Amino acid sequence: MVEVNEKIAIEHGLKKDEYKKICDLLKRTPNITELGVFSAMWNEHCSYKSSRIHLKKLHTKGNKVIQGPGENAGVVDIEDGDAIVFKIESHNHPSFIEPYQGAATGVGGIMRDVFTMGARPIANLNSIHFGSPDHEKTRNLLRGVVKGIGGYGNCIGVPTIAGQTCFDESYNGNILVNAMTLGLVNKNKIFYSKAAGINKPVIYVGSKTGRDGIHGASMASAIFDDKIEEKKPTVQVGDPFTEKLLLEACLELMAGKSIISIQDMGAAGLTSSSIEMASKGDLGIEINLSKVPCREEKMTPYEIMLSESQERMLIVLEEGKENEAKKIFDKWNLDFAVIGKTTNTKNIELFFENIKVAEIPIDFLAENAPMYDRKWVKATLPKENNFSKDLFKSLNLSDCLNKILIDPNIADKEWIWDQYDHTVMGDTIQKPGGNAGVVRVHGTKKAVAAAVDSSATYCYAHPLTGGKQVVCESWRNMISVGAKPIAITNCLNFGNPEKEKNMGEFVECVKGITEASKYLNYPVVSGNVSFYNETKDKGIKPTPSIGGIGLLSDYKKMLTMELKNEGNYLLIIGKTEGHLDQSIFARNIFSNFNGPPPEINLFNEKQNGMCILNLKKDNLLESCHDVSLGGILTAIAKMSVKSDKGVKLFPIDGLVNKFEYFFGEDQGRYIIEIKAENLEKLENKLKKDSIHYDKLGMVESDKITYGNDLKISIDDIKEGYKKWLKEYMVN
Amino acid sequence: MKSSVIIFPGSNCDRDMDVALKKFGFENQMVWHNDTDIPKSDLIVLPGGFSYGDYLRCGSIAGKSRIIKSVIDFANSGGLVLGICNGFQILTETGLLPGILQQNKYLNFICKNVFVKIKNKENKYFKNIKKEVLELHIAHNEGNYFCSNDELKSIEDNDQIAVTYCDHKGNDDEINNPNGALKNIAGVFSKNKNILGMMPHPERMIDPFLSGEDGSLFFKNLIEN
Repeated sequence: MVEVNEKIAIEHGLKKDEYKKICDLLKRTPNITELGVFSAMWNEHCSYKSSRIHLKKLHTKGNKVIQGPGENAGVVDIEDGDAIVFKIESHNHPSFIEPYQGAATGVGGIMRDVFTMGARPIANLNSIHFGSPDHEKTRNLLRGVVKGIGGYGNCIGVPTIAGQTCFDESYNGNILVNAMTLGLVNKNKIFYSKAAGINKPVIYVGSKTGRDGIHGASMASAIFDDKIEEKKPTVQVGDPFTEKLLLEACLELMAGKSIISIQDMGAAGLTSSSIEMASKGDLGIEINLSKVPCREEKMTPYEIMLSESQERMLIVLEEGKENEAKKIFDKWNLDFAVIGKTTNTKNIELFFENIKVAEIPIDFLAENAPMYDRKWVKATLPKENNFSKDLFKSLNLSDCLNKILIDPNIADKEWIWDQYDHTVMGDTIQKPGGNAGVVRVHGTKKAVAAAVDSSATYCYAHPLTGGKQVVCESWRNMISVGAKPIAITNCLNFGNPEKEKNMGEFVECVKGITEASKYLNYPVVSGNVSFYNETKDKGIKPTPSIGGIGLLSDYKKMLTMELKNEGNYLLIIGKTEGHLDQSIFARNIFSNFNGPPPEINLFNEKQNGMCILNLKKDNLLESCHDVSLGGILTAIAKMSVKSDKGVKLFPIDGLVNKFEYFFGEDQGRYIIEIKAENLEKLENKLKKDSIHYDKLGMVESDKITYGNDLKISIDDIKEGYKKWLKEYMVN
Repeated sequence: MKSSVIIFPGSNCDRDMDVALKKFGFENQMVWHNDTDIPKSDLIVLPGGFSYGDYLRCGSIAGKSRIIKSVIDFANSGGLVLGICNGFQILTETGLLPGILQQNKYLNFICKNVFVKIKNKENKYFKNIKKEVLELHIAHNEGNYFCSNDELKSIEDNDQIAVTYCDHKGNDDEINNPNGALKNIAGVFSKNKNILGMMPHPERMIDPFLSGEDGSLFFKNLIEN
């Protein structure tokens, strides 16, 4: 057996003082298995040691919240006894090392988090970020990640209904793969991970344990260097077929009354699942590792405890229910083994070949895990650019629009979502490519909307504003399909927390998220943190991804962004002040990357959003689209492309020039389409409620025009916008 | 009419098919792959999905499963057997239908609406459908139909080609071929036309709020005949 010392502890990713703390707590030197357990539980990925202190401040309460952060996933009430279980999680590091398996197991992991709680997954989403399209690795990483996400989700038979893909050179050495799942559950049949009662059998079900993924969680908390290829063995391998069986078997078992608690084996495998269950129940747990079904020979206790083999679950059963449960897992051809029991010792005790190989008090691993209040610096708001008039002189609208529509962050992503089964389960009523994905709650009038957003550019320019913005954008996505926003899940992707600047970005983004979610009553119910997204000293831009969900009480009244009929009016709700700093326009046309992001006014945000929902209630809206990257003209172009209809834009009046007006990225705005006969009624309503709006234009046949300044056919727009990604991927 | 949907481990369109069949009036029941007998049925459906993980080759393990003997017997006695997507792959693996389904030409999974042209209406599946072209939905990685020249001649001579990929006007040329299938073939019949395998999913197109409604025409015709 390996002799444990400080050097070995450091190789396990522990810091010197952390190792010392372990020895002090135990009052002895840990053996190698115990050290492995500590390193897994105390790493950033599992312990949230740099983030915990800040995450406590998140807004997590609300009248729809059934379960906030701290469980496998969050749960919200969607009325009539139904609840939605949902969460987003990162799988960044593995996906960079091995894109297919990294992304696939990311999807598998998040689905397990959801069905562990008793919910049948009904929709998947994802937010993926890649380096610059010119970077040599980007194309293959993108191809591998998309295939991995599709390979897993398609096989399980859960539709992938929405997502987001971004490109920025800050991800050249650290791509982001964030996967989100929504599940549907009866609100009285939710399963939790808290164990209860002593001498209850602890059951292992699912796949066998192999040597894959050992130290996966530690790898996820490490900085990359030139030797990342050597880390390939730490990437788990996914088997969606087994997961599908596990899903059906677990749901079948859950229909009965034999489960006390259940937890999937995710990061840090058997270690974290067993400790979490015992810790939450304030119990001890005893595991006989010789009973764990293994797929490889001569696995050591250390390897069994740290393996991250996929598609495994740990269950605490009621006594005497073992046979009943085993029958179900036999039917689905899955391993089933009683591997231990709950105890009253409050220790985790591991046995192997009849010898006790580890014994650690559980609170050393959970409550006593390190927690740091790391130093951070506050960001200052960058100075405005104040672009001079001369800069605009030689520009014309159509050139600018064409250039913006082939910006990789704007261009159509059909090449991606065509590879995801987005219609299986027969309830997808809004597919990828809209404001949000929407699935019906099977067999009811209700539907659930979901979307994922991130705005790394804004967050990088000013983290506090960026944090607020991304929550607002998520809220707008819900509103613009006609759904009432309910709650969010967040995946906080950041650089190295030991660097004050990166830590500051984290702290201020979290503050921004908190402010906005509190104001909008859009609480955070689940999520995860991914730090150390850094390669060779270069970190990513701060990238909180927000997954939002909303409820439509009558799916037949869902809004879409397709233009409906010629002769209808288009209005823009919310004020346009022509904010070009940090916009897609400034980057593409002026090659300018400076200045503050657009300001967030939470009062207006809420006011405008509620206004849209009220207009929807009065059946006044024919279509709706929120205005985001690329401003009004980009939004109009997207609406036009989706419906093969054009728009005649009306002359603008005001203080801003046409480029500022049409490409500015001011927040809190929606474009709505209404019937001509409803115009007067609508204007009266808006005036009465003091909602700012402009009359934008009228739906036309097949081109977008603005006086003599712009005339562009929908076919011409498609030429660039629809083809950019497809052509990029073939080259 | 009574129908049975077979569930293999890894099937994932079984519920969707159940919903569709019941919506149009079938009395449907679900049958587990490990059973040996199928309850009395007028129609047996092999649904889409990834039976047995599609390991080895799509549909190959399902083609050797315990229930499959009963399916073959039922088919050979003239019963209606419908295989959608993975079900089509299974039917070719059992030999009940000619040809094979290879990986898509461009090597990607494809999920989208397509148009298919009905090539033969003298059968229970398409008999009274008035349209010539249906808008259906595909979602597969291995839908690239292939067979030998002799087999092709034989299925053409026997009018066994059921549907071909085309555009909304019915042009079933190469431009409208999403996956590289031989002759744009999206579905084939057995010689007696009692067995139909096709890649597109009619069960995903049964309601105006979904991708479309032409699947409804398919099921309505089926129950009425």
